[in-house]
Amino acid sequence: MQMNDSREIAAPRDVVWAAILDPEVLKSCVPGCTEMTGSAEEGFEATVVQKVGPVKATFKGQVTMSAMDAPNSVTLSGEGKGGAAGFAKGGAKVDLEETENGGTLLTYDVEAKVGGKLAQLGSRIIDGFAKKMADQFFTNFQNALEAPAEGEELAAAPDGDENHKKGWFKRLVKG
Amino acid sequence: MPKDHGIGASPKRREDVRFLTGAGNYTDDINVHGQAYVYFLRSDMAHGKINKIDTSAAADMPGVVRIFTGADFEGVGGLPCGWEITDKNGAAMKEPAHPVLAIGKVRHVGDPVAAIVADSLEQARDAAEAIELDIEELPAVVDMPRALQADSPLVHDDLADNLCYDWQFGTDTETTDKAFAAAAHVTTLELVNNRLVANPMEPRVAVGDYSRANDESTLYTTSQNPHVIRLLMGAFVLGIPEHKLRVVAPDVGGGFGTKIFHYAEEAFCTFASRQINRAVKWTSSRSEAFMSDAHGRDHVTKIELALDADNNFTAVRTNTHANMGAYLSTFSTSVPTWLHGTLMAGNYRTPAVQVNVKAVFTNTVPVDAYRGAGRPEATFQLERVIDQAARELGVDPIALRRQNFISEFPYETPVAVVYDTGDYVATMDKMEELIDIAGFPARRAESEARGMLRGLGVNCFIEACGIAPSNLVGQLGARAGLYDAATVRVNATGSISVMVGAHSHGQGHETVFPQVVAEMLGIDESMIDIVHGDTSKIPFGMGTYGSRSLAVCGSAMVRATEKIINKAKKIAGHLLEASEADIELKDGQFSVAGTDKSVAWGDVTLAAYVPHNYPLEDIEPGLEETAFYDPSNFTYPAGAYACEVEVDPETGKVTIEKFVSADDFGNVINPMIVEGQVHGGIAQGIGQALLENCSYDENGQLLSASYMDYAMPRADDLPHMSQYQVDHSCQTPCTHNPLGVKGCGEAGAIGSPPTVVNAVLDALNSGGHNVAHIDMPVSPARVWAAING
Repeated sequence: MQMNDSREIAAPRDVVWAAILDPEVLKSCVPGCTEMTGSAEEGFEATVVQKVGPVKATFKGQVTMSAMDAPNSVTLSGEGKGGAAGFAKGGAKVDLEETENGGTLLTYDVEAKVGGKLAQLGSRIIDGFAKKMADQFFTNFQNALEAPAEGEELAAAPDGDENHKKGWFKRLVKG
Repeated sequence: MPKDHGIGASPKRREDVRFLTGAGNYTDDINVHGQAYVYFLRSDMAHGKINKIDTSAAADMPGVVRIFTGADFEGVGGLPCGWEITDKNGAAMKEPAHPVLAIGKVRHVGDPVAAIVADSLEQARDAAEAIELDIEELPAVVDMPRALQADSPLVHDDLADNLCYDWQFGTDTETTDKAFAAAAHVTTLELVNNRLVANPMEPRVAVGDYSRANDESTLYTTSQNPHVIRLLMGAFVLGIPEHKLRVVAPDVGGGFGTKIFHYAEEAFCTFASRQINRAVKWTSSRSEAFMSDAHGRDHVTKIELALDADNNFTAVRTNTHANMGAYLSTFSTSVPTWLHGTLMAGNYRTPAVQVNVKAVFTNTVPVDAYRGAGRPEATFQLERVIDQAARELGVDPIALRRQNFISEFPYETPVAVVYDTGDYVATMDKMEELIDIAGFPARRAESEARGMLRGLGVNCFIEACGIAPSNLVGQLGARAGLYDAATVRVNATGSISVMVGAHSHGQGHETVFPQVVAEMLGIDESMIDIVHGDTSKIPFGMGTYGSRSLAVCGSAMVRATEKIINKAKKIAGHLLEASEADIELKDGQFSVAGTDKSVAWGDVTLAAYVPHNYPLEDIEPGLEETAFYDPSNFTYPAGAYACEVEVDPETGKVTIEKFVSADDFGNVINPMIVEGQVHGGIAQGIGQALLENCSYDENGQLLSASYMDYAMPRADDLPHMSQYQVDHSCQTPCTHNPLGVKGCGEAGAIGSPPTVVNAVLDALNSGGHNVAHIDMPVSPARVWAAING
């Protein structure tokens, strides 16, 4: 299955680039991610808990970064094994462009595959699920980077984690 | 008045009492003291190279007895294929190894990689999670034309390509080409016969039980043919002599073909039980069944029909790709060839018929016989192309069929079979009467007034059943004989046990077979029981498939009963001090012709076992006879079906308003059971036509592996019972078996899919939508797309 979309992030391109390579950012943005270690150069080890239709599983796997062209584009690819639930794998090519107003246009092109029980039981819903995952990831990512609007200063992200207040990463790199 | 007993009566099915009151004894009800449980770790990749299977952590898990992998089966045989096909160049088909557990590569999702035997199923399953698999994913091939391209991934590395065989049959190419060149009209269709999963209510189960005391193995299994399993597994896989191997198939909850075959799990449980000296049990989950039961159908065909200027059929030519899946299942190779090509003449006297079939390996579950097996595929192609020809020529589809019917019997077709008898005009007449052809225009107008499209679809079919003459199938590549056997054991008090090779798993043999014996002997049916499903109790019969049980095994039972009667008459003659030639048997009494002297059935049977006054110098005591019966020809049931559908042009939803069948099954022993068989077959055919589809993605992932995605027909998808009419009053008895029966088990599933699809297309074309074909399942989405094309 393939998905592509783009979104404009109100943060400078170098900030966006740094965020993409940061395991803490990835951990907080990947829906259901409980662990993320490693580095952009060495690759990341990730653990993700997700429920696809009737199949709930803990996926363990590697994420590697390739074709790195700072700060323009990078390809992320990963493969997660979910034991009896099967496997999921995929890749995302991410392009960053500066916009006229000083923000960044992030364009992504995702290809994903599932196998085993995930495909057998979840195929009808897997496309919608993957789209939702991608949407959530980039929404989380955008939230991590963008300064909060007026009056939203103290609002926590939906998961209630203090660290996930809007703009936390941006403030971090600025601070 | 209808008969209330014997042949032609409809006593209720005696076996249903135990099935409906929870007293059935299914394989999963069998538990052997101290048994262990096996869980199969199956590949979740369609194609991959096995680099390493590390079972060390799993082996230390609680309750684990032993973990087996392909390495444990080095030196053990593979699962055999029972039918060798010779391709058009005279070469034998390619027959790759089919290991019990994967060796070297995995070739489809569900291919078993390791088997964990533990004290409990839960422990086995937990341990499976601890097995570390290093399997390198390889590109998979699913699409058949793609699989035949030179650069396709190879399912089997030791083969040059993915072609199992290229089989050509029937009229020679020159004659066929000439007929097409001379044709006034040619109609061509490209069709898919969708891949199906049989889904019997009871999933497969196997219990292997080795006895160290006498070095004997017993396999309890969900099989349609225990002797076939004993022969294949004993001789070809495990090397266990038959006298040390017993196969028991107790109550079996539906087979539909998918329980004919010898499966890896059966061999595994038998093998593992010997290794660990403990019984080993496997019960398939429904998810497992989707990826390990042999699938059905999966043909892609181009069919051409040539007609002369008077609309006589002059030639039929077909080119079919038949999916074998990743390995050859037991009878997979015979389905697209001898069970399909031989039926391509249909009910018509087409002088030239040529069939080409390319059987292809892909990274999918193996495909084999499913209710009808080859004959539904043949019927679907032929009856779809005839319907389309009628539309193109602007002629009545019924008249076009009638004009081309075979009307003289015996009739030898261009595809090697000889139809012994039939009357296709009679079944067509009956069908027209049942569907009320004359009233159709008014019904269509009424539907149209409501904004609906109404269509009438018809279909004629013929099948080759009563499988099969051994000498003939031997010439065609079968590696087994296809006779059957029965032993009639009369007990001292006159009750009878009939041990039969046929297996009953829904067919009602336990009711029907006694009706025949009771009629022959003139005794009450309640005195007769049928014993089946245990190789230690029954004679060597070949089991149940291909609508053969009554035609073949029933004939053996008739022959054995005739032997019983002959011997009983000798005994009666002795008791009555009369010549054996003068003894008559009627209503359970032996009497001397023209006198009032008689002895009862029970007197004779008692004398046979208590031979105090007995002609010991002439005959042996006892009253037990066995007969084997090998048919001299197939039987050829035929019929004409019709169905009316309403199509909602807004949504594409198809509703079946009426379904009628006029079948010629020859003589009918139990009309109620025959009607039930046809009803069930039609339901399965409607399932194929409208709902069911086994779907893979391009990576070989099985997408339809649960009832969320595989649409089984439910009660509200089918017409109400009042909208069916199932008729079998047209009877041309089979000319070559003693009962004159032809077999009724598969007709419904063969006759109904093209009937439904023809009706849908009639509806669409009546609404001005010029649609030549829609592939099955004819789902609302596909109908809507065709309308809005």
